[in-house]
Amino acid sequence: MSFQSYREDPGNPWFSWQYVRDNSDTIAEALREHATLTAEAVVIAALVAVPLAVVAYWIRPLTGPILALSGILYTIPSLALLAFIAPYVGTTRATSVLIALVLYALLLIVRNTLAGLNQVPVEVRDAAQGMGYGRFGRLLRIDLPLALPGIMTGLRLATVSTVALVTVGALIGKGGLGDLILGGFRNNFYRAEIVTGTALCVALALVLDLVLAAAGRLLTPWARRRAS
Amino acid sequence: MIAEDPIQQAVTWLNDPLNWTNPGGVLDRLGEHLWISAAAVALGCLVAWPLGLWLGHVGRGGGAVVMISNVTLAIPTIALLTILPLTFLGFGQRPVIVALAVFAVPPLLANAYTGVREVDPEARDAARGMGLSGLQVLRRVELPLAVPYLAAGFRTAAVQVVATAALASFVNGGGLGQIISAGFGLGMATGGGQILAGGLLVALLALLVEVVLAGVERAVTPRPLRRSRGRAARRAASATGRA
Repeated sequence: MSFQSYREDPGNPWFSWQYVRDNSDTIAEALREHATLTAEAVVIAALVAVPLAVVAYWIRPLTGPILALSGILYTIPSLALLAFIAPYVGTTRATSVLIALVLYALLLIVRNTLAGLNQVPVEVRDAAQGMGYGRFGRLLRIDLPLALPGIMTGLRLATVSTVALVTVGALIGKGGLGDLILGGFRNNFYRAEIVTGTALCVALALVLDLVLAAAGRLLTPWARRRAS
Repeated sequence: MIAEDPIQQAVTWLNDPLNWTNPGGVLDRLGEHLWISAAAVALGCLVAWPLGLWLGHVGRGGGAVVMISNVTLAIPTIALLTILPLTFLGFGQRPVIVALAVFAVPPLLANAYTGVREVDPEARDAARGMGLSGLQVLRRVELPLAVPYLAAGFRTAAVQVVATAALASFVNGGGLGQIISAGFGLGMATGGGQILAGGLLVALLALLVEVVLAGVERAVTPRPLRRSRGRAARRAASATGRA
């Protein structure tokens, strides 16, 4: 195609500080929107998914249906999910993207939390029962703390994949850094804009993953002690 | 003005035969979608299976396999879709296929590796003792025993590629996603039905591929292994992303 001429165009570098300087406001705003959407999505998903996992843990017959339902939600392509939600919530509202992101993050957190809960040793559970813990006491003081490694794994997976998924929102102009990526493509294939958006996106995923990993280590000091 | 209910609009849209048979209609887009997906999965298998089987055979590179899937999880699909056309690949379907293949590699690789690693060491030793060379062990013992894992990885990868191919529409790469993008371009009042209809088609295709390949996975898994193994393999692949 005739676009081939862009290939060796010296005026279209892969990265340009000039671009970053001139558009620092836009970039910062996109980054902020991206981080906010990610944080909201993961927090809401966790608030829904952890109780769901507890329900599946307590009531065994519900485990299959809960996992199957979140599995089906996970199989539906993000674009289709956005297409289902946007006509009702609004085609220019970030809420549409947020709902899709939450539905996606659900499965990862439910599955890992449930795996964590199921790993609680039977002896520990029996001991807690013997010490007179009730259902909720045991959940809060024994089961959930011991399941923390699983919960954290789920949160980390959900966060990293959510950061990447937010970009799909660019279709309705609410994709955070995805707006930069798609905007650069539409703006005469402006490489510097695309690469800046991509690099920040990957960096954001990496930073959030490291932060969560560090938080997980702080929250589960016993796991470290046992390992060393 | 009160807009018509989007569901009714979608039904109307799907019932218009011209929307199916026109150039750029559903049938065209479905063909594009399937071709792009098939090519991407084939390319992914070509790269990931030999590598994964070999790494599993020599028992090295497990850390690298995990790292590759973690890194690709963090790369937005639309980043690759927009960057690759600007490289030597040029515009058109080629960069789309390569981009999708990149996201197909992690589940294929991880499952091929796990599949070979999970082979009973005694079976491997017995084959060695019978005088089989390394390559013969791989081809006659490890590969057949890894087939259920390969099928599980194939299923995960294929479903993911079919889902991700919808995003090719962002860069005018074709596929069913194009119907949704065009709908958003029309705006809510006129395009609402088209958006819903497109979403429905994309979701149905993904679920259909999932169900069919789950059947294939079941068929190639020997009966005694069906329950435990199939699940273990799925878990190995669960860490891979989805778009």
